[in-house]
Amino acid sequence: MFPIFAPAASLTALLAAPLQQSLVRLHGVDIAVIAIYFAIVIYIGFYLKRASNTSEEFFMAGREMTAWIAGLSFVSANLGSLELMGWAGSAYQYGILATHWYWIGAIPAMLFLGIIMMPFYYISKTHSVPGYLHLRYGDGTRALSAVCFAAMTVLMSGINMYAMAVVMKVVLGWNLNFSIWVSSVTVAVYVALGGLRSAIFNEVLQFLLIWLGALLIPILGLIEAGGWTNLKAQISQRMGSEYVHLWSTTGHFTSNPMGIHWTGIVFGLGLVISFGYWTTDFLVVQRVLSAHSLRAARMSPIIGAGFKMLVPFIVILPGLLALSVLPVHLVPANVAAVTGQPSYNEVLPLMMVRYLGPGLLGLGVTALIAGFMSGMAGNVSAFATVWTYDIYGAFMNKKASDSHYVAMGRWCTFIGVLISVGTAYIVQHAASIMDYVQALFSFFIAPLFGTVILGMLWKRATKAGGFWGLLAGTCTAIGLWVWVDRDPSALRYVALSPDAKAMAADMYRALWSWIVCVVVTILVSLMTKPRPVAELEGLVYGATKLPEEHDDHWYQKPIVWAGAIAVVFVALNIIFW
Amino acid sequence: MRDSLSIWFFSGILLLAYGLLIAGTGIWELFGHAPTPLPVLYQLHPAIWWGGMMTAFGLLYTVKFRPR
Repeated sequence: MFPIFAPAASLTALLAAPLQQSLVRLHGVDIAVIAIYFAIVIYIGFYLKRASNTSEEFFMAGREMTAWIAGLSFVSANLGSLELMGWAGSAYQYGILATHWYWIGAIPAMLFLGIIMMPFYYISKTHSVPGYLHLRYGDGTRALSAVCFAAMTVLMSGINMYAMAVVMKVVLGWNLNFSIWVSSVTVAVYVALGGLRSAIFNEVLQFLLIWLGALLIPILGLIEAGGWTNLKAQISQRMGSEYVHLWSTTGHFTSNPMGIHWTGIVFGLGLVISFGYWTTDFLVVQRVLSAHSLRAARMSPIIGAGFKMLVPFIVILPGLLALSVLPVHLVPANVAAVTGQPSYNEVLPLMMVRYLGPGLLGLGVTALIAGFMSGMAGNVSAFATVWTYDIYGAFMNKKASDSHYVAMGRWCTFIGVLISVGTAYIVQHAASIMDYVQALFSFFIAPLFGTVILGMLWKRATKAGGFWGLLAGTCTAIGLWVWVDRDPSALRYVALSPDAKAMAADMYRALWSWIVCVVVTILVSLMTKPRPVAELEGLVYGATKLPEEHDDHWYQKPIVWAGAIAVVFVALNIIFW
Repeated sequence: MRDSLSIWFFSGILLLAYGLLIAGTGIWELFGHAPTPLPVLYQLHPAIWWGGMMTAFGLLYTVKFRPR
């Protein structure tokens, strides 16, 4: 789910994959399936241009989306093809433990966003997360978060673009330049024309395509393996029983293939990284802000959580099935580059080739392309919004007309895509910068959650507290990363164990940076003058009268749906314990 | 959304087009045009039932959400 933390999808490792031959040979019908997808997304962009004339329409989709559309878009914006391939590879490498990134690493945070945080985002009528920080903490915190977000978003988009082009070369044998330019020009056209509405429409289509293209693999795989019970037995025999248990092997760093401890999963991943990403990353929050009412905005992440819980079926299960049914043994990408064997990252394409014939294979490849393009569309639409509202409109040109800001948004979309393309070509010649940029993105998310959550729940948090807390948390994350990068043995101090592996480092770095952010925010706030409570109306819990929601029946209440999702979430964790 | 085509209509059109293409390919393969190499579990003819299901859902969504 989080590209920045997907071990098997390490982008540098992806680049190390052998490029000499493609895994998949497409037929005419497969090409037709791909061509139909491109025709429809371009048509949607042209069709929706007429409904994207004001800034509210272009940047916020007119705030007209239903809970279902916003919810599907919310979960789809994160369901990129690199994530799908990376986490399927992780499941092959680490077993069912990879499911944590989809369950505890997402569900509680999504429910929390819907029930607790969404009212404040929505009532404040903010256009963005930096916009909320402006209302709550002032310009300094807004500028810090907006600049970091805008820069990282387009850089990440470029890196993902290049990595996807490499995947297309490995899987399909396509030329790198062809993949980069066709996909980026298509995304630029439909987002610049239709704005966020166009991006959301295409994300919903992408969600359908991913399920239709990927769902046959676990169905046919389970038939071949003889059912789940047989599959578990085969994996336990081949790899060990720790590959099929979610929690029972996490009592010690050395007793599971990921080298991770349950405290890191619960507190680092489940509490900090997950909440940071799902509740404060504007790329996903923007989708929910487009909902047509507060109730729809609260239901969107809850609906998204329901679908998110099902994603391991099409991502993790194929990786586990590959352990049982694939006749070849997959290896890490750096080994594959030397030996020519297939790498972990190729598990999903290999499973597609195994089960899908002409037509179905085209559908699977289209799902991968759609996943990549909608991820890029999400990045550039979020970039255009943050640049226009929180940087250009806030600091450079405060009094321009509405049509001027819409034009700026359209130009930003093209410029964002061009920067992404430029980044993709830079990365082609300096692959090592990719992991650095990914790490940069991760530095900011965990402390940002500390800043936002204190701002929403604690009236006493002050402008200075928010700014210095965010800065201190970000610097802590950077410092810990540099420390471990220079001296890998320092991991024992960061993760509190000499047996910890790289995955644990990400989780504990996030946890420490969040703690530092929260502590500094509290200390500085207590030493500085608080804002009058009257100014916090609509921004902070306890200073805001939430509008009453009138549902016809008790079962229509968001809290009831969130409770039902929570019960299923707990049950699944117990079943696969 | 104001007198616009619904996203569900677009979804229906896409599903219908893909369903017809894939189910049609599956039926074509039945008449001596099986792919080489054969995918695993090809004897279950997934293209036909998966494509057929997509066609049915696509038709349903296209009709239900068609512009009026």
